[in-house]
Amino acid sequence: MLEVRDLSAAYSGKHVLKDLNFCLQAGEMLAVIGPNGAGKSTLVRVLSGILPPQSGQVLFNGKNLAKLPPAERAQLIAVVPQARSIPPAYTAWQVVMLGRTPYLNWFGQTSPQDEELVHLAMERTSTLELAPRLVGELSGGELQRVLLARALVQTTPVLLLDEPTTHLDLQYQISLLNQVQDLIHRPAGWALANGHGAPGALVVLHDLNLVARFADRVLLLVQGQLRALGSVSEVLQPELLSEAFGIALDVVQNPIGAHPLVVAR
Amino acid sequence: MEITRTARPYWIALLALTAAMLLSILVGSVQISFAALVEALRSGAETTAGKILFSLRLPRTILVAMTGAALAGSGTAYQGLFRNPLADPYLIGVASGAGLGAVAAMSLRWPYTTFGLMAVPLAAFASGLLTVAIVYALAKVGRAIPASNLILAGVAVSSFTTALTSFLMLRSNGELRRALAWLLGGATMSGWQPVLALLPYLVVGLGILLTLGHALNVLQFGDEQAQQLGLPVTRVRRLIIIAASLTTAAAVSFAGIIGFVGLIIPHILRLLTGADYRRLLPLSLVGGAALLLAADVLARVLLAPQELPVGIVTALAGAPFFLWVLRRSRQANFWS
Repeated sequence: MLEVRDLSAAYSGKHVLKDLNFCLQAGEMLAVIGPNGAGKSTLVRVLSGILPPQSGQVLFNGKNLAKLPPAERAQLIAVVPQARSIPPAYTAWQVVMLGRTPYLNWFGQTSPQDEELVHLAMERTSTLELAPRLVGELSGGELQRVLLARALVQTTPVLLLDEPTTHLDLQYQISLLNQVQDLIHRPAGWALANGHGAPGALVVLHDLNLVARFADRVLLLVQGQLRALGSVSEVLQPELLSEAFGIALDVVQNPIGAHPLVVAR
Repeated sequence: MEITRTARPYWIALLALTAAMLLSILVGSVQISFAALVEALRSGAETTAGKILFSLRLPRTILVAMTGAALAGSGTAYQGLFRNPLADPYLIGVASGAGLGAVAAMSLRWPYTTFGLMAVPLAAFASGLLTVAIVYALAKVGRAIPASNLILAGVAVSSFTTALTSFLMLRSNGELRRALAWLLGGATMSGWQPVLALLPYLVVGLGILLTLGHALNVLQFGDEQAQQLGLPVTRVRRLIIIAASLTTAAAVSFAGIIGFVGLIIPHILRLLTGADYRRLLPLSLVGGAALLLAADVLARVLLAPQELPVGIVTALAGAPFFLWVLRRSRQANFWS
């Protein structure tokens, strides 16, 4: 579906991503992990069209995304940003409605269908009761769910989440990722409005235990290069992780759950 | 589920505008009673009151209203563009930049005809645009424009252009001395000519700005998110700058440099009706017209029969307001 081919990116001549090759499949959650400065956020910026690639391509079903106008790209890729840097004086409803921007005209005229979609997305993310409130008054967890709803009403086949759990309490981290997982494994009919299949999600995550619990596949980035790509058990290997993060790590079987645990030695 | 979109703010703003227009028409060195106004409206420009009304008061009232609308409208757009509650055509230097262009044009040839009057805003527009570009480049750090940088760059560039303007005026003799009172923000140009000359620029500038409400809403989320939401950010930014600068330049060309209207109005409206630019923009036009008319009436009556430049009145009221916004925005952590 989304195919990254020989992708390199640079900030003012300095290489940040080097020769990346991977695919994001429909209906999967691909976690991107790696130490700080590995290029995880840059990857999100390149995929979402903010930073033009230095070389290589990002293809959606064979279409080169760099050649698409912003509105068309935003109909294919939605980004859930980190919860900071959201202007406080808009209502949650208004914020979610802005997710319809790629489908609206210059004046931002909305139709009853747009309102219906916003309603459904807010219902699905349990944010409907927040709709009339100003986002400046919301907690980090609530705001992040509102931003997830905003990405949902873009009805895109690709979701990018850039460290969505960073500013959240543990309970919200779990519930947010539960929701994302639910959305891509059991997508609602309205979310597929564009005729694409179940969306695929690329999620940048710091917490390796969340990765172990939620990811379908894992991509390990080190210094802008793809170090490993595969299932959770393939990538969450003590040697790989210890080398990548520069600290001795162990992966142990969780005594009470199905997922492995990553612990510092 | 959408927050209630009542028409109430529009009615309140229109009511304020009507009241301010009436005051502006009736109050002055010759007081016109309400009865005389009705009489003059019925019989045309035959009575003394009618003459004053149609050849002096009415054109001035309309010119001031248009100027107020232009300043507040462009102020709202600049605040949205720079995501900065302190941006105002005066504070970011566009107004004085446009003033320099206007004075330069006037020093070449004092405009007597309507056509001559229409050339002034073009020069003001060009130098106003150049000023924004310079302020923008000076204030920019990487991809961001810190709020304090914007104001500092605005003040610096504004001082520079004001100095050039003063120099031009000192060097000239005769006609251009008239420009001094104009520059302080007094509607010294009288009659219908400036109204007619201003109109086309405002129709274009404000017309474009009024379509930009949705784009400005999306821009509030920052360039990256705006782009990820499908907004052609570069194009939109350019359009906002051009429309807002054209509007400012036109206003400056006929009413001089009047500060703080573009700061006060969007701020008050945002407190009253929320952040939706689709509402803020039209409301700011009405509110700006009403505010500047009220300030103009004050300027006429405070030291009557002498008339103060209205720019002095808006600055006296606006500077404390600026400080209040500064304090508030620091507390609310607007500066990130």
